[in-house]
Amino acid sequence: MSDQFSVVGAPIKNVQLLGHVTGSTQYVDEISFPGMLWVKAVRSPVARGKIKKIDTSKAEKLPGVVRIITAKDVPNNIHVNMAVIGIGPPDEPVLPEDEVKYKGEAICLVVAKDEDTAAKGAQLVEVEIEELPPVLDMEEALKPSAPVITKWGINAFIYGSGMDGATMPGRPGRPFFLVKRGDVEAAFKKADYVVEGSYLIPPIEHAPIEPHVCVAKPEPGQRLTIYTTTQAPYFVRDNVASILKIPPSNIRVVAPAVGGGFGGKVDPEFEMQVAVAAMCVGRPVKWRWTREEEFTISTTRPAIKIEIQDALSSSGLILGRRARLLHDSGAYTRTSPYGVIKSTVNLSGPYHIPNVYYEGYCVYTNRQPSSAMRGYGVFEVSYAVELQMERDARKLGIDSWEFRFKNAYRNGQVTATGRLIDDAYLIEVMKVAAALSGVSLPHHLLQMSSWG
Amino acid sequence: MRIRFKLDGQDVEVDVKHTDTLLKVLKDRIGVGSVHFGCGEGSCGACMVLINGRLRYSCLTLAGYVDGKEVTTVAALARDGELTEIQRAFLENDAAQCGYCTPGMILTAKVLLEKNPSPSDEELFDALAGNLCRCTGYIPIINAIKSVSRR
Ligand code: FES
Ligand code: FES
Repeated sequence: MSDQFSVVGAPIKNVQLLGHVTGSTQYVDEISFPGMLWVKAVRSPVARGKIKKIDTSKAEKLPGVVRIITAKDVPNNIHVNMAVIGIGPPDEPVLPEDEVKYKGEAICLVVAKDEDTAAKGAQLVEVEIEELPPVLDMEEALKPSAPVITKWGINAFIYGSGMDGATMPGRPGRPFFLVKRGDVEAAFKKADYVVEGSYLIPPIEHAPIEPHVCVAKPEPGQRLTIYTTTQAPYFVRDNVASILKIPPSNIRVVAPAVGGGFGGKVDPEFEMQVAVAAMCVGRPVKWRWTREEEFTISTTRPAIKIEIQDALSSSGLILGRRARLLHDSGAYTRTSPYGVIKSTVNLSGPYHIPNVYYEGYCVYTNRQPSSAMRGYGVFEVSYAVELQMERDARKLGIDSWEFRFKNAYRNGQVTATGRLIDDAYLIEVMKVAAALSGVSLPHHLLQMSSWG
Repeated sequence: MRIRFKLDGQDVEVDVKHTDTLLKVLKDRIGVGSVHFGCGEGSCGACMVLINGRLRYSCLTLAGYVDGKEVTTVAALARDGELTEIQRAFLENDAAQCGYCTPGMILTAKVLLEKNPSPSDEELFDALAGNLCRCTGYIPIINAIKSVSRR
């Protein structure tokens, strides 16, 4: 390959390395402007509650505090990250008006001359909150008796009806994403064995060594430059434009080197708040999250629960699969509906299962919002599917390599979502994986191919 | 109070509060780019500097403490654009991805190899215990340091 190409097949140096080893790579934290102010948030001490009163009088008297920003300072106080790709409705306030939905949610912002003063000011703001019973468990959240924490009356995202960016407008809305193929009931009637499994994946924090940092600088003529630790500058631009009610072309987003993101810097989580603060005070403002905020406020990989039932034939084939997947979106939508679509369509794994019925729920709870992290939606499902494959093989009393080879998807078959497969290589990859891990496969498996 | 110290060979004079950490002064007052805020509590090593040649977390050091002392960051290691052996080893071994931990890693490696030019694996892991990297998985970093120690 290397004779033909100069890039493909050749190792490439990370162009930033020289900057890294000499300490000259520029991250957002190095950006500062004359007259720049600092932001800190007053955060909710409870997972769910009604905001009764915000008393800022003591904080305002603290020398160095310039301004306190609350919900009424936000021109359009509602957004959803993925409006850009047709996912809605918007459900998240920049700053909550009357209800907090997760512990640590920012209630108001204190803008001050330096970071310490902003932090002191935030401590002086008195918030009166009437605590409400929180919903913290996904199964509980779906019960009819659960307190409803969304605006649309059920603690799950409504798929269909043109709001999920994937199904056609006019399709009926359902509180789950549905993948259906063949006749799953008939498959279970025919089955020699039924194997059930339930799998739980906890939330995971990305924990980049660089916490979230953002500087927003107002420019003449309702314009704004935002320097931020982001993996997705266009999400930042469009969300900030929508909440400030100004055209996206008025906003320039600068994304310097990112000190680790792993998906945790995909969501515009705090840029909207920094932008509102900057517009209100008319000066550059900076917000650098603490390590504690990084852990307790920034998004995590979602917690996911997956239940699988497989209908198996004694000849070792998967005749049908039923699955129910719960994905903890936390208090707001963020990118979760998209994550659920990804995971639900992946519930067959790389295997051919002719009859399937999968329900994927994007569930709302009073927890910090979850979002993207390194292949989210796919990893979690692969974990569950592969453990289920081991369980199935054990029940059948056959070797799990044999079981995987038998059920591996092949070219010419059709996936659960109706795509004709013409690029299957699973069998070939498994042969290599077996060889690399010192497993000698029996002859009849080595004879198999993705084309037969 | 007013403090004076040498920062990467240059004289610096700055007014600080008694409660200011060195990290805060370096980043927010002087604008140093070769030292990073990661945790502010001595857990990650992104903020490491040398104070009179000794490895220190600048987030746990009060600024007043460096009055009259020499503070060195990774930015001062290369002379006239010529990288040190450790810096070259990090480059050659791709021992950084985002680079946020790299200044601390390089200073730690430098101090370790000065004291102990051919550390055992255990001594190497021990020396790196105060530096977190979330990107590289550590293997390239360890390979880089070993490549220098073997020479
Ligand atoms: S910032 Fe000093 S150890 Fe993390
Ligand atoms: S290279 Fe990113 S933290 Fe080490």
